[in-house]
This record gives sequence, structure tokens and C-alpha cells, in this order.
Amino acid sequence: MSETINIALIVLIPLLGFVLMGLFGRRYIGRFAGAFGTLLTLITTLLAFYTAYRYFFVIGNSNGVYQAILPLRINWLEFSPGMSIDLGLLLDPISAMMLVVVTLVSLMVHVFSISYMKGEERYATYFSHLSLFTFSMLGLVLSSNIFQMYIFWELVGVSSFLLIGFYYDRPSAVAASKKAFIVTRFADLGFLIGILVLSFYSNTLDFATLIQRLTSAESNELKTAVSSSFLGISALTWGLVLVFIGGAGKSAMFPLHIWLPDAMEGPTPVSALIHAATMVVAGVYLVARLFPVFSVSPPALELVTYVGAFSSLFAAIIACTQTDIKRVLAYSTMSQIGYMMFALGVSGYGGEAGLGYTASMFHLFTHAMFKALLFLCAGAVIHYVHSNEMKDMGGLRKQMPITHASFLIGCLAIAGFPLLSGFFSKEEILLAAYQRNLLVYWMGWITSGITAFYMFRLYYSIFWNKEHQSIPHGHHKEGDFFMMAPLLILSIGAMGAGYIPFGHYVSSDGKTLETEFHINFALLPVAIALVGIAIATWFYKNPSKKPDAIATALSGLYRAAYRKFYIDELYLFVTKKILFNLIGRPAAWIDKNIVDGMVNLSGSATQKLSQTIKGWQSGKLQPYAIWFLAGVVALIFWLVYVQVL
Amino acid sequence: MNLSLILLIPLVTALLVALARNAPQVRGISLVGTVVQLAGAIYLLLGFSGIRKAGNTSIVLFEQQYPIFPSIGINYHVGVDGISVAMILLTSLVVLAGVLISWKEERMTKEYYLLLLMLSLGAYGFFISLDLFILFFFLEIAVIPKYLLIGIWGSGKKEYSANKLALLLMFGSALVLVGLLGLYFNSKAPHSFDLLRLADTGFSTKQQLLFFPFLFLGFGIFTAIFPFHTWVPDGHSSAPTAGSMFLAGISMKLGGYGCLRIAVYLLPEGAKHYGDIIIVLSAIAILYGAFATLMQKDLKYMNAYSSISHCGFVLLGIGMLTKTAFNGAVLQMVSHGWMTALFFAVIGIIYERTHTRQIQEMGGLMKVMPFSMTVLFIAGLCSLGLPGLSGFVAEMTVFMGSWQNEGNFYRIATIIACMSIVVTAVYILRAIGQTAMGPLPARYSDLKDADWSERWATVVLIAGILTIGIAPAWLNDLIGPATEAIIKRIALK
Repeated sequence: MSETINIALIVLIPLLGFVLMGLFGRRYIGRFAGAFGTLLTLITTLLAFYTAYRYFFVIGNSNGVYQAILPLRINWLEFSPGMSIDLGLLLDPISAMMLVVVTLVSLMVHVFSISYMKGEERYATYFSHLSLFTFSMLGLVLSSNIFQMYIFWELVGVSSFLLIGFYYDRPSAVAASKKAFIVTRFADLGFLIGILVLSFYSNTLDFATLIQRLTSAESNELKTAVSSSFLGISALTWGLVLVFIGGAGKSAMFPLHIWLPDAMEGPTPVSALIHAATMVVAGVYLVARLFPVFSVSPPALELVTYVGAFSSLFAAIIACTQTDIKRVLAYSTMSQIGYMMFALGVSGYGGEAGLGYTASMFHLFTHAMFKALLFLCAGAVIHYVHSNEMKDMGGLRKQMPITHASFLIGCLAIAGFPLLSGFFSKEEILLAAYQRNLLVYWMGWITSGITAFYMFRLYYSIFWNKEHQSIPHGHHKEGDFFMMAPLLILSIGAMGAGYIPFGHYVSSDGKTLETEFHINFALLPVAIALVGIAIATWFYKNPSKKPDAIATALSGLYRAAYRKFYIDELYLFVTKKILFNLIGRPAAWIDKNIVDGMVNLSGSATQKLSQTIKGWQSGKLQPYAIWFLAGVVALIFWLVYVQVL
Repeated sequence: MNLSLILLIPLVTALLVALARNAPQVRGISLVGTVVQLAGAIYLLLGFSGIRKAGNTSIVLFEQQYPIFPSIGINYHVGVDGISVAMILLTSLVVLAGVLISWKEERMTKEYYLLLLMLSLGAYGFFISLDLFILFFFLEIAVIPKYLLIGIWGSGKKEYSANKLALLLMFGSALVLVGLLGLYFNSKAPHSFDLLRLADTGFSTKQQLLFFPFLFLGFGIFTAIFPFHTWVPDGHSSAPTAGSMFLAGISMKLGGYGCLRIAVYLLPEGAKHYGDIIIVLSAIAILYGAFATLMQKDLKYMNAYSSISHCGFVLLGIGMLTKTAFNGAVLQMVSHGWMTALFFAVIGIIYERTHTRQIQEMGGLMKVMPFSMTVLFIAGLCSLGLPGLSGFVAEMTVFMGSWQNEGNFYRIATIIACMSIVVTAVYILRAIGQTAMGPLPARYSDLKDADWSERWATVVLIAGILTIGIAPAWLNDLIGPATEAIIKRIALK
């Protein structure tokens, strides 16, 4: 019972925050919105931690297996018997873990924003949007019904839209928010059709029932779903691939990633929350949620693997060339999510084979810590320097010692430096890949080196390298308490999260998975990470001409990577040239000239006709007599010549 | 309750308005009258649901019947099922919002409000009639005032638009009339226009195939069936704000209601035979309408074209011939009615201040008109089917219902319809981005936000949208038995 109330409150408190601050924020709450929103989030966080604790240590585990618990379910809309959207709140290992991640990062971001957004005209609006996002994201992770997940999926999308476009008078922010929404909407189309396909064969929308019906070998639903095919691919695979497209859109997987770097137009704390730690991993979460079904369809899993691995490498290469620090972090996020995706892809269901699943969730968890940390550090730097560009930074380690230390921890963690959190989760992912798919393993291995390189490139460019004269010395440098406290807490997370025995709590089948740590296996990834760090140190620690020289030497590749491999241009071509000019314009033209032309033609034809015949009703006797005579003559003519023959 | 009250309220209001001495009196009486209408509609809803809950399963409730011309079988026969109740609710809210948004209409105020009330009277009468003759009578009442509204109070090329709209709708009415007469003369002797009696008659396959196109196409023109939709953009754009709200919010629903409740209900075999054609036409309307919307430069044209696309969902749901899809069609009628009325209301608010409807000339209005722009956001998000607002519920129900039909033809049609949600997002965000966001041009820097009447007009509509969007079950349950009755007739044949 207490779970029901707790879990309902976890979702409802942020909703309340959104409604209150949305309706009354401007007028009545004003500059207290930060404190108010943070307080509500704090309560939510405490409840979420308590619930997660209760789940993992008190009520979740029965006979060594973590069971899914459904403390609350409301029938929201029934389409037809069996097919209904039930709004349920589901507790299972991954949703309990996500509760912790979402609320913790949200709380940190709230605290950070109190000071970061100070003086902003729409301060209350900002916090109400943050609450809306927190509500939607919590609803998403707790969904017990695939359509419910779609509902919250759209809601996080719109909160992301609102927050990216928060500085709405900047045209670039408006463009970025539209782009983010439309690209993910396009992907959601896949999700929606995927839902239609999967629910059609399983005749349910409930996750548990759907998974049960589409996985157990003797179920008729599974048999039909596998045997019916379209273009040679089974319906089940189609459904999963379509759902995965939705996930790939939200998680910024190639080629649907183009919105993520632009999304950095939003306030930096928002990037930390939405575009680093929580919303962008929703795609991973979706695949994990449906993982038992995915494991029945090897082709779908293979797609997940290769899309993940390719995105990971692709984004890492681009990250090496970007100069906007937030964009570097954005590509790094995409790359790390690629890791999570291919970890799921190489995983099997149950037992030892499920290592990839655990590793993926583990990496999601640790990544949330260190990436939120990195973004908030970047926020502190941007707050100080008033620029996103690397060239405006340098030598900040003296002015900002705490930020510097936190950023270094974050960099080491993401690079997989031994004993920090990223090290453990990445090892596990690479091990899982090594056991299943060597190609993917080597892709991940190289990416790992590149990651270390670009992260330290970033680190040195901000905190070492040349010192800037323009930055005022002596004037307050570090942020205040509200900005520093989250950095410290997340630093602890980024260092310590790796020591959680994750396999005990989260595994594909709910049973404990003992993950052993292989020291010899770890050597190779650590080696490449160190090489990456070393090169970055050599290039960027002090001002030098080396990076430029390399860039010139690799000019073609460099330029292509700098231009993000022209994917944006491709999209622009498709939307502008094809959608607008080849479809939209002709449609509007046809409507105006042909369809409506017919209507107008019928109108003018009627007019012409009546113009013509109205002369006949002249009221003059003579023309009538002539017509009468003509008629008589014609009649006679007809009777005599035609009729006779 | 006495169903004739639903007609009596607007009639009495109109009489009092006619007797009123000055504009404030006219407004006051109209406002009170429309509030009473809304109260009546909610009372009807509660009463209806109560009786249904008590286990009464007759197809129509609150029946009343008085003979008018008994010799030729024309009676005043009214009664409502769940669909009618939903439509009455839709109408009452739109009418109330329409009265509020017209608060500042200074030209011939009395005549203007009289026409609005006439329109609502026609719509109510149409929705409660069970005798097809009086139903047709009310349909005409709902058409003619629009001609005057556009012709007198309109803007732009208003004479052209008024003519076009009236002529096309008259063409539709003529088709309906032919269909109705066909049914009448083929009904069991003594001939009757009574919906329930006609339903029992059972028309032969040949008759069904002959008359179905007349009825469906006739009503379909009201719902902007492709390719007879071109009255929509011109008509909406030239009409005054409340006129557009009525036109898109209510008039287009007369057609959907007629298609489902009369054409499909009475001629199920015809529906089955022509179902695929309906699906093709509506799928075209949905996607082609959405793409045409993409290119519009004027906010009103944009919303008018988007109405063509959205009303395509109504026809698609009807053409799919499954219960869920029917439910979706009705949900979409209600949802679109409120959403589009809200959209036109806020466009009216913007136009009132900027004196332009060109999207290109807008910019950054969020800064000076936060309330109105928030309303624009809500209307836009509802249009693109954001969960929590009514559009989502309606569209998803149509999709789920459509997907129940097996076969690639239906699948492809559904996917085409689904694709429109992306295009919708593009044009909505384009309009919102340009209007509400971006830098504020200096000439707009001292615009005032919406005043009280405009605020209330939008608030009542938003309340409706949210009620369905957050808790859709009540409406779904309300229309469920009615669509069930229709689908049963299709399954029987």
C-alpha cells in the first residue's frame, strides 16, 4: 500500500510543480520558483530513493529473482476488448534504477539552475518546464503499458522542445527546438507503427502480457507474428525495428542524431538533464524494456548492435573536431549511448549471456553521473566565460579549481580510467561485445581511445593551454554554493558508481548475475585510453601548432568531420528540396489551380451558360415567332426525312 | 429531460436578442443564453449517462414525437444517442466561445448575434432530429446564415467566398435531399422519413448501392471530402472569427455526423461496398491536405487546410468500418471542433492586434502577448496530437481502429494517415516558431494581450480539450453504445 502512495506521489509532485508554477509562476511565485521547484524535486527524490531502496532490498526480490511490481493501474482508455491504455506505474529493476537516476540528476540540475538562471526574466517558466520534464520522464520510466510509454515519450519530447527553445528570441534556439521536435517526431512515427504492429499480433498493449505472449515458445501470438511476413521480414521483426526507430530518434542514433548537437542551444543545465543523462537514454531504456521480445528476433538485435556501434564511432570522430564545448559533449553523449545500444545488441536473454544487458544498464547509470557532471561543469565555465567556444577559454584551472577538479574526474571517468565509474561499466560492455561479436568489440575499443583523446582535448583547451587576458582576474570566479554543491555530489557519483555490484540488481532475467572482473582483459582498453590521453596532452596541454598541422594533413577527413559528415546538409536537401519543393508546393498548386480550378470552372461555366440562354427570354414577340417557325421547319424536316427513312 | 429544451433555449435567446435595445443588451442576452445552452448540454450529458448506467440500452433516449404532416409521414421526432450528445456538447461550447470572441463586433451587432444563434439552432436541431425531413430542414438553417456572416462581416474576397461556400454546401444538400427522397420512396408503406423506421425497413442491395453515394458524398462535402473541399480555405479565411469557429467547429461536423449516423447507419451494405473508396479519398485528404497546409502563408488558410487534413481522419475512421475507428471518428469530430475553434479564436486575437495574418510578418509575440501565445501553443500542440490534449486520443483511436482491418490496403492507408502527424508537426511548429518565438519586431512592441472576453473564449475551449485529453474514457463510453449499434448493422449484412 505504501508503495502505491509513494510511487503515485513521485509522479504527481513534479506535475503539481508544473501546474502551479505554470499558472501562477510569473505573478505569484516569481523568484522563489527556484527554491519552490527544488523543494518539490527534493521531496520527489527522497521518495524515489526510498522506493528504490524498498524495491531492491525489501520487497522486490523473491526467491532470488526480482519480480515486477505494479502498485497502481488506472484504466485510461479502452480501444477494444483487450486493447486498452492502462496508466500503470511499474516497479522492476530497471525502472527503480531509472527512478534514482532521473530524480538525482533532476535535483542536481534544479539546484544548479537556482543560481545559473538567476536574473532570467522567465525564471518561473523555466522551473515549471523542468518540472514538466521531470514528470514526463518519471512517467516514461514507470510505464507499464507500451502506449503509456508513447504518451510520456511525446511529453518528454515537448518538454525538451520547450526547454531548447527557452531563449525563444534567438532564432538559432527556435530553429534548434523545432529541429529536435520534428526529427524525433519522425522517429516516433516508427514507434507508433511499431506499437500498432506489435499490439496487433499480441492483442494487448500491456508490457508484461505483450512480452509474455511474444516470447513464450508455445504461444500462438508469437507463431503468427513470426510466420506473417512483409517483404520477406517477419512481422515481429518489423514491429521491433519500427519501435527501435523511435528509440534511435530519441537516443540520437545515426542517422537520426542531427537534432542533438543543435539542442545545445538550450540552457546548459537543461542539456545536462535532458540531453545527457535522462531523455536521450530513453531509447536504450525502451529496447531494454522490450528486451525479451528483441531477444526472440536476432535480426532486430543485430540492427541495434550495428546502429549502436557505428553511431558510437561516428560521433567520437566528429567530437574530435568540434570547437563548441557543449557540442563536443553532445557528440560524446551520442557516442556513449551507442555503447549502451550495442551492449544490448550483443546481449542474450538470461544467465551469463545477459551480460550485455547488465553492462548497458550499468553504463547508463554511470554515464548519467559523469555526463551530468561534465555538462554542469561546462555550464559553470560558460557562466564565467560567457562563451561556448574553446578559443575563448584556456588556463581556467587557477580561477576555477573546484570546477577544474570535477571536470577532470568526469573526463577520467568517461575515458575509462581505472577505478573510476566509467572504467567498470565500459569494461563490462567491451567484455560482452568480445564474447559475441569481435567486429563490434574492436569498434568499441577504438572508440574508447578516441573518447579519451577528445575528452582530454576538451579538458586541456578549457583549463590549460593559453591563458586569456580578456577574462577578468580577481572577480568572482567559481560559482556560488548552488553551483558547486551539485558538482561535488556528482563527482562522488562519477567516482563511486562503478563499485555498485550492478549485476546483483539489474539483469536481463531478474536473477543475480555475477560479473567478474578480468584484469588481463582490462589491459587493452585501458592502454588505448591512456594513449588517447597522452596524445591529447601532447597536443593541447600547451599552446602548439601540432593540432593545426594534423588538421591540415588530414584536411579532407578533418573538414568532413568538422562539417559533421554533411548529414545536416543531406537532411536540409530532403526537407527543403523534396518535402517542400517537390511535394508541398505541387500539392498547394494543384489544390489552388486544378481542384479549385474545377470548382471555379463549373461556376463560370454555369454563368456562361446562363449568359447565353438568358438572351432567349427576351420577351420580344418577333424572335419568339422566328424560333417557333424554325422549330416547325425543323420538325417537318425531321418528320419527312429522318422518320421516313 | 425534455429534449426540445435544447432547441428552445437558442430560440428564446434569439427572440430576446431581437427585442434588445442596444448592443450591450444583445451581448448580455447572448452570453446568458449560451451559458444556459452549455448548462443544458451538460445536464443532458449527465442525464443520458445516468440512464445508460442504469442499464437502458435503447438506441435513442429522450424521444419525443409530434406529427407535422401525418399524411405524408413527416413528424417532429427527436431523440439522442451518445454521438448526438457528444455533438451537442461540442456545439454548446463552441457557441459560447463564439459569442465571447465576438464581444467587440460593432457592426450590426444585433444581426450578427442573431445569425450566430440561428446557426446554433440549426446545428442542435440537426443533431437531435430523428426525422430526416426536419433534419434536412435544420441542415439548411445551419447553411444559410453562413452566407450572410461571410458576405457582410467577412474580410478579403468575401463575396466570392460566400458564394462558393453556399453553392458547394447547397450542392451537398441537394445530393443529400436526393438520397433522402430515395430512401423515403423506397421505405415500407406508409412512407416515412423516420430514421428508426427506415433502419427497420431494410433496403435491397441495389437500393443501398444507388443511394449511399448521394447521402455520403452530400454529407461528405460538409466534412470537406476530397476533392470537394475547396470551399473550406476560402470560406474560413473570409469569415469573421466566430464564423470561422462555427464553420470549422460545427458545420464540418454536421457532415461527419450525417455520414456516420445516417448514410452508414441506414445503408450498411452501401458503406461496405464503397468503404475502400472512402478510405482512399480520406487518406488523400489527410496527407495531401497536410502538405498543402505546409505551403500556406496566411494563418487562417493554414488552419483551414489543416482542417481538411484533420477531418480526413473523421472520414477515414468511418470508412474503416470498425467500432474502434468509428469511436475515433466521433472523438475526432469533438476534438477537432474545439481545437480548430480555439485556433481560429487565437488567430482572431492576433489579427485584431497585428492587422495581418501573414505568418512571415509575425515574430516574437510571446514577449508581449504571453497569454495568447500560450493558447496558440496549446492549440498547436493539440493539432499535432500531443498526449494530454484531445487530438491525441482521437487520432490514436482512429489508428488503432484502422489497424484492426487486415490486409495491406488498410495498412498502407493507416500508415499514410500516420505520416501526417509528422507533417502536422512541421507546419504547426513553423507557424508557432514564427509567430510566438523569434525576435519581436519593434512595431509590435506595445501590443496588448487578450482581454477578458477573449481569455474566457479560449479558456472554455481549452477546458474542453483538456477534459478529453486527460480523461477520455467518459467520452469513449458515451459514444460506445451508439457506434456499437452502427457496427452491428454492418456485421449483420
